Amino acid sequence: MTALATVTTASFAYALRHGDDNLILAQRLGEWISRAPELESDIALGNIAIDHLGVARTLLTYAGELEGAGRDEDTLAMGRTERQFTNLLLVEQPNGDFAATMARQLFVDAYQVGLWEALTSSADATLAGAAGKAIKEASYHLRHSSAWVVRLGDGTEESHRRMQTAVDGLWRFTAEMVTPDDVDDEMLSVGVGADLAALRTPWNERVGAVLDEATLAMPDAAFARLGGRNGLHTEHLGHLLGEMQWMQRTYPGMSW
Amino acid sequence: MDQTERFQAIVDAEEKIEPTDWMPEEYRKSLIRQIAQHAHSEIIGMQPEGNWISRAPTLKRKAILMAKVQDEAGHGLYLYSAAETLGISRDEMLRLLHTGRHKYSSIFNYPTLSWADMGAIGWLVDGAAITNQVMLTRSSYGPYARAMVRICKEESFHQRQGYEIMLTLCRGSAEQRAMAQDALDRWWWPSLMMFGPHDTASTHTEQSMAWKIKRISNDELRQQFVDMTVPQADYLGLTMPDPDMRFDEETGHYRFGEIDWDEFWAVVKGDGPMNRERIAAKNRAWDEGAWVREAAAAHAAKHAAAARRSA
Repeated sequence: MTALATVTTASFAYALRHGDDNLILAQRLGEWISRAPELESDIALGNIAIDHLGVARTLLTYAGELEGAGRDEDTLAMGRTERQFTNLLLVEQPNGDFAATMARQLFVDAYQVGLWEALTSSADATLAGAAGKAIKEASYHLRHSSAWVVRLGDGTEESHRRMQTAVDGLWRFTAEMVTPDDVDDEMLSVGVGADLAALRTPWNERVGAVLDEATLAMPDAAFARLGGRNGLHTEHLGHLLGEMQWMQRTYPGMSW
Repeated sequence: MDQTERFQAIVDAEEKIEPTDWMPEEYRKSLIRQIAQHAHSEIIGMQPEGNWISRAPTLKRKAILMAKVQDEAGHGLYLYSAAETLGISRDEMLRLLHTGRHKYSSIFNYPTLSWADMGAIGWLVDGAAITNQVMLTRSSYGPYARAMVRICKEESFHQRQGYEIMLTLCRGSAEQRAMAQDALDRWWWPSLMMFGPHDTASTHTEQSMAWKIKRISNDELRQQFVDMTVPQADYLGLTMPDPDMRFDEETGHYRFGEIDWDEFWAVVKGDGPMNRERIAAKNRAWDEGAWVREAAAAHAAKHAAAARRSA
């Protein structure tokens, strides 16, 4: 394979994984709509879902262009199997209770604020543009999730217990966000990708400050559960895809 | 002039009644009932459409549907606020909804069985709602009238989106056209029922007309809706599920068959396909969210106390 072809393949994989992260998270957040603890949360979670879906559409469309095989956002979203999805394990985890959703969201938001910030100076103008838009949304998402984690952590005895359980339960999936693989190394070396290792300390500081204010304990470093970037998922993703892809699988090749 | 006459004079002069103005107790009650019912309809209406967010056929349709359902939550919020100006709290209205003592639009007691239902709801249900709501922008009660101006704008956007879904289906495959026809067959009659009983059987109409919180009768509104919708169905190439439907050259109106009033009253009284499920889902979300609302209140109270101590 020529050097150029390798970079193109890596570029595709890079746009695809970040597209997948946002798509799967949007799908999860969408499950909350009409089920939230109060009307204001229905609206907020809906907003955040729409933002992530917007980022997903931009990045999946771009991935399709980079690949050059004629796949668009919908072909990529609806036409791949579990093993072909490269999202983080964290984003496919079920919503659980409101505390679990807010813990998941805090972890992702604290990561994405750093990621998008780094990508605003990407040598790839499309990624830089997408990141420039996404960083504003991610900052708002982080304010929202931080405020909820603090409220729930430092609320009642029950909410504290639920919030701590949620943080502990998802902790093993957090290291994956900032663990680079070959694609990340390749993209970093050509000035396109973010330096994930450099995002670790800021992530720890952001999350640590929120947990501290929430009177929650930061879990000890757990074993880093990896696999999402290689298509090795938890059992949850298959069901999510079964639902999300149902129309396109049942009625293939039609316009909607 | 006594206060009742003064009140009626303001209404007759087409001026607005505002929250601090004197109003007859029955006017207040009637408006609370109407605005709360409208708010509840927006909130319960999130369920049948929410049912398809996870299964929308394309990412664009998913984004549009999410935004639409979110708009409905927003409508619910400002309608609850409008009702609160009449001296009832949102919590109280929700309690009345959750315990089945407040009604919401019966249409949302029907299930959404295919993607085409997202089109049919936008086209027919939102279309019928707009037909009703345009007159409400001129309601004599100021906060309601103003809320309705904004809601009508968003609803007419939703209606166009719904019609566009139907149009796409009708220009698609045979399976898609069949899906569209099936949705029209199932949603047509319930949509006509949205205008309520015949004028001769409607209990609230006369007083509501005098107070200008309703301006056009149920049957007149229903006729407007039919006249508007039949040509749209023709354009889609769909068949109205009504063998009695015909154009009356003399009056320029479409004549249509009789609504199944047994079905209408059965659904109003709680025996629609989804009445129990809709309320149960609402109660479940509310109950499961109780600890979250309690935590938010406890946190706010702690910090208010801390702020007082440091002040």
